[in-house]
Formats: sequence, C-alpha cells, structure tokens
Amino acid sequence: MEKRVLFKGIWLPLLLILPQIVITAVFFFYPAGQAIWQSLFIPDPFGLSSRFVGLGNFDYLLSDPYYRASFVTTAIFSTLVTLVSMGVALYLAVLADRLIKGSGTYRTLLIWPYAVAPAVAGVLWLFMFNTRVGVVTWYLGLLGYDWNHVLNEGEAMGLVVVASAWGRISYNFLFFLAGLQAIPKSVIEAAAIDGARFWTRFRTIVFPLLSPTTFFLLVVNIVYAFFETFGVIHTITSGGPQQATTILVYKVYSDGFVGQDLGSSAAQSVILLVVVSILTIIQFKYIERRVHY
Amino acid sequence: MKAGISPIAFLCALAAATPVAAQTEIEFWHAFTGRLGELVAEQVDSFNASQSDYVVTATHKGNYSETLNAGIAAFRAGEQPDILMVFEVGTATMMAAQGAIVPVYQLMQDAGADFDPDAFIGSVKGYYTTTDGQMLSMPFNSSTPVLWVNRDALSAAGIDPDTDLSTWQQVGAVLDQLKEAGSDCPMTTAWQSWIHLENLSAYHDVPFATQDNGFAGLDTELAFNGPVQVQHIQAMGDWARDGKFIYAGRRNEGGANFRAGECALFTESSAGYAGIKSEAQFDFEVRPLPYWEGVEGAPRNTIIGGASLWVMAGQTDEEYKGVAAFLNFLSSPEIQAKWHQDTGYLPITKAAGDLTREQGFYDANPGTDIAVTQMTAKEPTANSKGLRLGSFDQIRGIIDEELEAVWAGDKDAQTALNTAVERGNQLLRRFEQANR
Repeated sequence: MEKRVLFKGIWLPLLLILPQIVITAVFFFYPAGQAIWQSLFIPDPFGLSSRFVGLGNFDYLLSDPYYRASFVTTAIFSTLVTLVSMGVALYLAVLADRLIKGSGTYRTLLIWPYAVAPAVAGVLWLFMFNTRVGVVTWYLGLLGYDWNHVLNEGEAMGLVVVASAWGRISYNFLFFLAGLQAIPKSVIEAAAIDGARFWTRFRTIVFPLLSPTTFFLLVVNIVYAFFETFGVIHTITSGGPQQATTILVYKVYSDGFVGQDLGSSAAQSVILLVVVSILTIIQFKYIERRVHY
Repeated sequence: MKAGISPIAFLCALAAATPVAAQTEIEFWHAFTGRLGELVAEQVDSFNASQSDYVVTATHKGNYSETLNAGIAAFRAGEQPDILMVFEVGTATMMAAQGAIVPVYQLMQDAGADFDPDAFIGSVKGYYTTTDGQMLSMPFNSSTPVLWVNRDALSAAGIDPDTDLSTWQQVGAVLDQLKEAGSDCPMTTAWQSWIHLENLSAYHDVPFATQDNGFAGLDTELAFNGPVQVQHIQAMGDWARDGKFIYAGRRNEGGANFRAGECALFTESSAGYAGIKSEAQFDFEVRPLPYWEGVEGAPRNTIIGGASLWVMAGQTDEEYKGVAAFLNFLSSPEIQAKWHQDTGYLPITKAAGDLTREQGFYDANPGTDIAVTQMTAKEPTANSKGLRLGSFDQIRGIIDEELEAVWAGDKDAQTALNTAVERGNQLLRRFEQANR
C-alpha cells in the first residue's frame, strides 16, 4: 500500500522541488549538454578554433580496437569490484548481525575505510604492494611468489579491484546490516522451529527479504565502479601495464587532460553516459521485478 | 615592543612599501616543488631585488601536465599568466597555438631588448626554434640522459669498475657478468621512451618521425620502427627476459632502486644528479649514454628533456617589457651557472658552461660535464635537433604500453614498435585536424 499526500495547486510543490531541479540543471544537464555539443567538434586546446565534424569523433572512437577493448576491461573491472565489495560486505554484515557482544566496536571499525578517499586508498594499497619495498610483496617473496603488477596484467587488475572494493565494503556493509536488522525476528524464529538450518533460512527467507537493499546497492556500486574509481587507477597503474586497467572513465581523462583532445574526450563522456543509462534501465526493468518490497 | 616603533619609522616603512603598487606585476606559472621550487623562488627574488620597475610573482601550478592544463584553462577564461612553463613534449601544442602565444624572438624585438639567440647551446636552442632559426620559447631547465654506474656493485661482481661502457655491446657483456655473479638488478631505467627511443634515434642519427622529426610540418609520421630501434628494443627485451634489465615503471621509479644500491647500471637524466648525490651510500659515476657500435654516424648528439618558458598573448606592452627583462636575466651566465651546478640541469648558454668551468666545478665534481659534452660535441642534424610532435604526451603513453608488452615477453620488438607507430600516427592525424 502506498501513502500519498496531495497538494492543492501547483506552486507550492514546484517551489519545494525547485532547489533540486536547479542543482540538477546546473550540475548535470548543463555540463551534459555541453559534452554532447562538444562531441561534434574537434577544437584546438586553447579554444581558438573549432572544426565541426558531425559524428566524426564517434566514428574515430568506435573504429579504434583499443577503445573497444576498453569496454571489455571496464566490464570485467566493474563486475569484479561490485561482486567483491558486495559479497564481502554481505558476509561481514551477516556475521555482525549475529553478534550480541561488542557489535558496536566491529561496526565502527568496519565503517572506517569509507572515510578514505579513493586516491588515498590507491596510494595505501600501492605502498603495500610496491614491487620493491611493499610489505605484502616481501611476504609473497618469502612464499616464493614474485609479485610484479608493473608488468603482470592480471596482478595489476587484481590490485586495482581490491583497492577500489575495499573502501566500498564499508558502505555496503552499513546498508546490508540495516537491511538484516529490519527483518522481523519472528519470521526467522518460525522457520527455525520448522527445522530450517541457517543456510536454508538465509537462502529462502533472509536473502529474498534483503533484495531491495541488494538491488539498491547493485545500482549504486556499478555506477561507483564506472565513475569514481578513477583516483585508484590513476595512483596505482595509470591504466597499465599495456592497457590492462584502462577503463572508460580513465580514457576520458587521459585523452582530455593529457592529450588535450577535447572532442574525443567529450564523445567518450557521451558514450559513457549512454552505457550507464542503458545499464540502469536494464537493472530497473529486469532485475527489479525479482525484488520484493 | 610596540612602543619601540616610532611613527616616523612606520611612515618610512609605508613609503618604502608604496612604490610596489606602481611596479608592473608579471605572473610566472611553473611546475617545480621541493628544492627546485626553492631555487626558482631564489631566482625570482634576486630579479625583483635587482630592479624596481617590475615584480615577478612565481606560482606553482602542479606537475608539468597540470601546469600546461592550468595555462590552457586560464587562457580560455582570459586569465592567462605572462609566462607559462611548458615541458618539452608540449612544445608542438604551444607552437600550433598561434594567437595564444608571443614568440620569444618577437617579444625581444618589440621590447627592444638586447638578445642574442646564438648565445644558447645549439642542441638546447634547436628544440625550441622554428626551422628558419627563430626562437619561440626560452629554454629553462634542460637535461639529457646519461648512464649512471654503481662502481661498488661492479667491484662486488668482480668487474673492473673502470671498464669501458661506451657501447651497448660492452654493456651487454657486463650485464652477463653481473647476472652470473648473482645480481638481482644489473640494469634499470627511467623514462623509457625518452631514453631508449627518442634519444636512441637522435644519438644514432636515424629519424624518430618524418618531416625532420615534425619540425618541417604537421603532416609528420612516426618512424621509430626502423632497424636501429628494433635492434635496441629487442636487445633490451632479451635482457628483460633473462633478468638483466629490471623494469620498474613508466616514470622514474627505477631511481629508487638505483639510489638504494640495488642496481648496477641506470639510464636516467643528468638532472638525477641532485637526488643520487644526496642519497647514494656507494661510489657512483656518470658515463656517457652507450651507443651501438657499427651504426653509421653514431654517436651523434643526444637531445634534451625538460621545460621552456612560453610568453602568453594578450598582455600589455609594459608587461612584455618586464617579461623580456626577466627572461634576459634568467639566461645571464651567473644565474645559469648557479642553476646548472645546483641541479644537474644543463647550462643553456655557452657562457654559463664556460663560467662553470672557470669556477672549477667540473674539476671538483668529475662527470658533471659529461652531459654537456654529449650534447655539444657534434652539430645536431635533422634527426638530432629534437622532436616536435602533437599529442606527444599521449604518444609516449602508447610507447610505454607497447614497450611493456616487449618487457613482459608478449610481443617481439618489431611488432610492438610497428603497433606503436600505427597508433601514434592516428593521434598525429587528429592533432593535424585540430590545428589546421
């Protein structure tokens, strides 16, 4: 059942949502519109001249095999970041939910990493896995494993995934824990009396009841992995080795700010916008159907 | 004590401070931090103290790329500084921006300043002049790659530390000996594209790109997939496979390994001097960059890295006069000689080099003149004057990616360099389109 409040007239509701509309217009619609407009041109860096090329920038990008490969890299990266950060968070939340003593301390400690900015997190992880002075590298060396993410593509991907997922686990943990605590104890107790073991209870009762939270986190985490992991990539690998960790948003940066190719950079932003919109629509259309509120 | 300051002294102080407002202010954006930042501030202070018409304000704007971006963004907003420091790979971008810059030769002419472009070292000046010899930007900090040797590491492996390392053939033999003696890091490098492709090409007098390495026109194409470059990259790739060449990263990450004494040989900029001198706990030495014996015309001269100062358009004549005075001050022998001795960057004028020699610096610090000799011993050719390529920062990124494929053993040198040339050419064509 839904609750609805009806306003009389149109001015009061308009006034109430005005701040949100203004903010969205100034910080989203205007820049997005600019990006779409710029993507049709090849400007020189100083803005002295600009050549209209129609869809030339898109044509140039989509015929570039390295740009297309970046889609695959982004898909792998986003999937891994989402799975790792949500999986670990759910596991920790289930454990913390069962705790009776000291749960506050665990919760506080688990939430801490969220306060660390992605770029700083990147530097921290890089330091631990530094090929020369890293602590983890040294221990791996003792075990006979030669860690070298500077040349090994798989290791580089693993490192940026872990560094990106780490701070995110806290955020997901908070939501999962709140979701778990909102599940009525009586339902679980009833199932326990019927003889359902922990795993059965989790699979048939807890997880379905948690689905709104899971769905929300899925959407938010994919958007995070697409856009906000830039700092981690920039500090740890700069997209390397070769192109192993060049995700789409990193390429927007490097073409725009290193290459001063604003036309291509704008076109990439537009493509990214379309990709994320499609992903979100798919999620709401197909996955949300399985969500029970 | 407050009572100690008399009203008269206060007025005097005010009077002394007031003329500042009448001085013309000149804004200078640079990319230096730490020790280098302090040295730049020192230069600016001594200029400000030397005359009373102009005040230069130096502002740090982040690393090289960030400084260039800040300058570009400021120009778009009409808030550009008078002087912008731009690294050498941004040269083509600045050059193509006619309307955004004032060429230095023009500036000096208009300001009626006494300016002699021939005072500068040819291979430094060449990087920043047009094909007909007009100077576009003022060279500031320039360095060139050399070979750094850990003498203790050679001795420990039973190798005579004075052994000849002039050619890559000799270096190869020493790497074999080091590896056999159990060295974990016989050789490492910084700035792989700059040293092992750009300088390699100039040093062996082969083109890095067509159209005189881009000096003669925007329709230039990359050409670094020739036999000399392939031979070198293949040799490096083989050394990497055998653990004789250790790859540490795209920038100067290898420096930490060398300074800690882990690596025996290290190819790095001559400006690595300050850092190595302060940190190395071992006997080190500078040698000229090796060349391949048997390549005709080698060794020629190496080319520079570093930055130059560009004068931005849209300022008043009065400010340009001040800029001209400041640039002339910076290139004076005393200032340049001090800069060269403090930092390991090259002296940009012949006079500064001579002054340094007279002051006895080279005798007291053997090897510090090797970079100068390496660059100036021979007149630069069309292949060794420098590089002028659009989107060059990104092309270097592509080269880094492809070289990593060689070091990892995923590609052979010829395939990797062919791919790099092909991908880089696409960027050059985009740059040509944007600047037509």
